[in-house]
Amino acid sequence: MWRVGTVVALHDETSTARTITLEVRDWPGHLAGQHVDVRLTAPDGYSAVRSYSIASAPNSEGHVQITVERLLNGEVSPYLTQEVNVGDRLELRGPIGGWFVWRSEQTEPIQLIAGGSGIVPLMAMIRSRAAVRSAASFRLLYSVREPGAVFYRDELHSLSENADSMSIHYAYTRATPKNWPRPPGRIDTKLIANATWAADLGPTCYICGPTPFVETVTNLLTVSGNDRDKIRTERFGSTGERK
Amino acid sequence: MGIISRGFSGRRTPTDVKLPPGQYLTTDFPVLSAGPTPHVPLEKWEFAIDDGKNVLRRWDWKSFRNLPSETVTVDLHCVTRWSKLGTSWEGVSLDTLLAGIKTDASYTLVRSYGDYTTNVPLKDLLNKQSWIAFRYDDQDLAPEHGGPARLLVPHLYLWKSAKWVQGMTLMHEDKPGFWEGLGYHIYGDPWREQRYSGDR
Repeated sequence: MWRVGTVVALHDETSTARTITLEVRDWPGHLAGQHVDVRLTAPDGYSAVRSYSIASAPNSEGHVQITVERLLNGEVSPYLTQEVNVGDRLELRGPIGGWFVWRSEQTEPIQLIAGGSGIVPLMAMIRSRAAVRSAASFRLLYSVREPGAVFYRDELHSLSENADSMSIHYAYTRATPKNWPRPPGRIDTKLIANATWAADLGPTCYICGPTPFVETVTNLLTVSGNDRDKIRTERFGSTGERK
Repeated sequence: MGIISRGFSGRRTPTDVKLPPGQYLTTDFPVLSAGPTPHVPLEKWEFAIDDGKNVLRRWDWKSFRNLPSETVTVDLHCVTRWSKLGTSWEGVSLDTLLAGIKTDASYTLVRSYGDYTTNVPLKDLLNKQSWIAFRYDDQDLAPEHGGPARLLVPHLYLWKSAKWVQGMTLMHEDKPGFWEGLGYHIYGDPWREQRYSGDR
């Protein structure tokens, strides 16, 4: 069943990513981590559909936020990041997916690890935790190319300033802020040891990012003793080694 | 027809290519997995067929690879909407693996290392429709893509082609597997666009 969402706000997260807030009158609600299918239709009836992770916490206003990263040679993402205006209507189907989700009943420590735009479904979990005032302990490890590539910068900053909130660590892979203690580099064993929950605390881990990123991080987590059954992943893109 | 998206024209698939509804063409090979990639050593690998009570057949890697294999070229359709055409695989046909097993079961639950499961009707696995594949594009199947061996049942959405297969159970009644229990369609025919549980 396709629903109609009206664009009520647009916000550029970075030079290539935009958050779209949709008002969906008959939205049935969602779980943090779920995604939605978005359908665009051309005047001649041709349509294209892509899935986007929901960025917003479940709420009662029927508002659904997605954050879309513009892909080189993308078909739908250039339209969503450059053409869409407030007041436009988009067709949506969902919410979809019941595995890569955080539920407010969960009380165990939560480790979130994002690569690039993989932050989006994890942000829904962070916002959901705040919305329900969950006492679950959250940690976020967020890998980005450079400081300018961070999504939700101000919101994450205020979360990390708040003492009873959550700890947030960044891994900058190409360029760091000034005086950053760690040189640019990918997530490695040392950072996993310093910035994530110890395996013996039994955290549930949610990893989202490009396929090679998720492969690397899940291997580091299992080597450091995390239970494979407690690692949930969402990957995008190919392995990249061959066409 | 849906709401017209002002200013959207889209990037059409060439008209000589016929894709299932709602799919787009890709040339790379995206990966979707719900958890860590299992790395299964060949000396520990096995594939077993059971009926829920007894193991009917069991192969280790050596005896599995001694079975006659086939090279097939098939199209892949992922529920996340990409399709990849003309992919080349080598594998053992399920006709070969199920030969000589007498059963009145109609359904199967395919099981993987890493605890993934998916259900496929038995008739969809027979008559040159499915393989346990161990090579892709003339190379040993990479773990990310399901190696050492994965099910290949290309006429259904790709989540049915379970990676890292370990065995299958023959069943009299259909039973949802992993994704089928999480909102995805029980059968998953791309040409009928059976993506989610509400789809006909």
